[in-house]
Amino acid sequence: MDTLPAASGGAAEPLTPAQLRELYSLMVAVRHLDTSAIAWQRQGIIPGYAPEIGQEAAQVGSGYAVDTTRDFVFPTYREMGVARTMGIDMVAYMSTHKATWHGGLYDPLESRLAPIQAVVAGSVLHAVGWAHGQTLDGKDGVAMTYFGDGASSQGDVHEALNFAAVMKAPVVFFVQNNGWAISVPTERQVAGGSVAARAAGYGMPALQIDGDDVVAVVEATRRAFAHARSGRGPVLIEAMTYRRGPHSTSDDPGRYRSLDEERDGAGLDPLQRFRQRLLADGVADEAFFAGALAAAKAEEEQIRTGIQALGSRPGTEMFDLVFQETTPALQAQAANWREESEHV
Amino acid sequence: MSNSILESETSVESPAAGTVMSMQQALNRALDEVLAENPKTLIFGEDCGRLGGVFRITDGLQAKHGEQRVFDTPLAESGILGMSVGLAMAGFHPIPEVQFDGFAYPAINQIVCQIARMNYRSRGTLPMPITLRVPSFGGIRAPEHHGESLEALFAHVPGLKVVSPSNPHEAYHLLKYAATRPDPVIFMEPKSRYWQKGEVDVARPDPAGGSPTGAKVMREGRHLTLVAWGAMVARCLQVAELAAEDGIDIEVLDLRWLKPIDAAALAASVRKTRRAVVVHEAPLTSGLGAEVAQLITQGCFDTLRAPVERVTGFDVPYPSGDLEDEYIPNIDRILFGIQRVLEYKRG
Repeated sequence: MDTLPAASGGAAEPLTPAQLRELYSLMVAVRHLDTSAIAWQRQGIIPGYAPEIGQEAAQVGSGYAVDTTRDFVFPTYREMGVARTMGIDMVAYMSTHKATWHGGLYDPLESRLAPIQAVVAGSVLHAVGWAHGQTLDGKDGVAMTYFGDGASSQGDVHEALNFAAVMKAPVVFFVQNNGWAISVPTERQVAGGSVAARAAGYGMPALQIDGDDVVAVVEATRRAFAHARSGRGPVLIEAMTYRRGPHSTSDDPGRYRSLDEERDGAGLDPLQRFRQRLLADGVADEAFFAGALAAAKAEEEQIRTGIQALGSRPGTEMFDLVFQETTPALQAQAANWREESEHV
Repeated sequence: MSNSILESETSVESPAAGTVMSMQQALNRALDEVLAENPKTLIFGEDCGRLGGVFRITDGLQAKHGEQRVFDTPLAESGILGMSVGLAMAGFHPIPEVQFDGFAYPAINQIVCQIARMNYRSRGTLPMPITLRVPSFGGIRAPEHHGESLEALFAHVPGLKVVSPSNPHEAYHLLKYAATRPDPVIFMEPKSRYWQKGEVDVARPDPAGGSPTGAKVMREGRHLTLVAWGAMVARCLQVAELAAEDGIDIEVLDLRWLKPIDAAALAASVRKTRRAVVVHEAPLTSGLGAEVAQLITQGCFDTLRAPVERVTGFDVPYPSGDLEDEYIPNIDRILFGIQRVLEYKRG
């Protein structure tokens, strides 16, 4: 499905071989960090994690279209691949999974990535507000907000799509339809079978794409950004993918889907698909793949070391970061806490 | 007894040098000035633009400041508040309106989980300077969900501040103050007082030199302190006049800020009077009166002559107009509360 006017796509340049190799390197780095994070959890390095395995093409491909000098991205709790692609400090990002600080330790304003959002569909409206701010300021930034098939059931998604369309706000709604909202499959979640189909009701162009094809994702997202940036309003992209792992490290998919179903639903691994394509097109060879994997491993080790070295935040931050202007009651509670705890 | 707030309580505000205007006019003027003073302020909500709001608080502001600064949104409160978060992240100071108190419920997720927490979640890098105006409380014979008192709910949420003006002067100054703060403030406007007039001293928020975040003694007295906010302040001042005829000298403390509460002012007043009654429209159980009573007990336990009394709404859904005078604390019920405290004997 593609209702985005072709003319508004800005006929983007095709990806160069160097860019294709960069995309692959990013996908390998994300895959390796993702699978490692599950191991970290099993080893007790972090208390929990929400894996994105299988969604590397959707996340790296969409994140690749972001211009971090002017755009702003609103993630959920499962956009590690987007964060890595945007160049976020990954120790600061993964600190949320270390239970160091809910939103992560990265600076959202500098990195152009909003704090990690644990409320399903929580930040979709924020993207609309931020984008409308661009219109008011006469700037050309675009907001991209991520949500899933499960979040599409939330009322805030409807309100966001409607507000954005009414105000012609420059927003790209990027839906990763990964087939599962914890244990509930898309067919029991999304009436009509497609989130993208709903865009028509808002008079909004939409694309439903193969979310496991990284090149298709980059191209679709670039077209959507060009459309939104040119003042023609929001676009919805539904990237069809598959949550190959559990919802989180606390989840047990065996209770709601069999391994056979998982294999059938998941289809080809997006990373392997891309690798075969690069090989077939002569863009990369085995030496490149080996180098990319080695780099991914080195990177993961560096991040793990950083995470392990990360201490707890000082308890005073509990009190100091509630308000810009603190209150006497908070000051009194902080003073009591200092007196009654050992953390002098 | 007849006890309609709309009919019976006028001109009880203490005189101040300034212009006489209604609370609606005072709020409108404050917003007009805020828009002129800070180009990043925005006013939006349901019917705020062309209509000027159902209570006309934003009357004329769109015509004067333009459709970019003052605009109508689709009819969805979560959308209005969620959008406010994004605008604040982009450097704006949103002043959204939720048309009636009860309409804040559909936006609770955005208010509680997002607005109240974004500064914290982002470690102070994404402040939420959002001034949420909520026409609040009862007293106007309105339909269901148009007479709610949500202060305890909001005050319980870490990250929010809550304020309610009691007269036009307070409305003007508290709104101007709230709309320049870097933190989210829930601004609860007592809708039954919108059309009551009073003097507004534009130049002097508090001639007595009190803090903008403090409570305010609206009437001095020696025998008992009535603690109230919003529309109940005028009613307590009326009660104080009646009690004075019987030789009872009542102090009326307008709490103004419901979070943070000015605990020092509560203690100072009750240490002097040694007796207190707290009055609010909200239901009794877990209402803000309980918090006030505890703060008074904490600050004045040794001097208190009687337990702090609460005169409040009941633990019932806000009733239809025919019964709202039975629900909202009226003069008789407040006088009974005062009597219970004055006649209290240690057991």
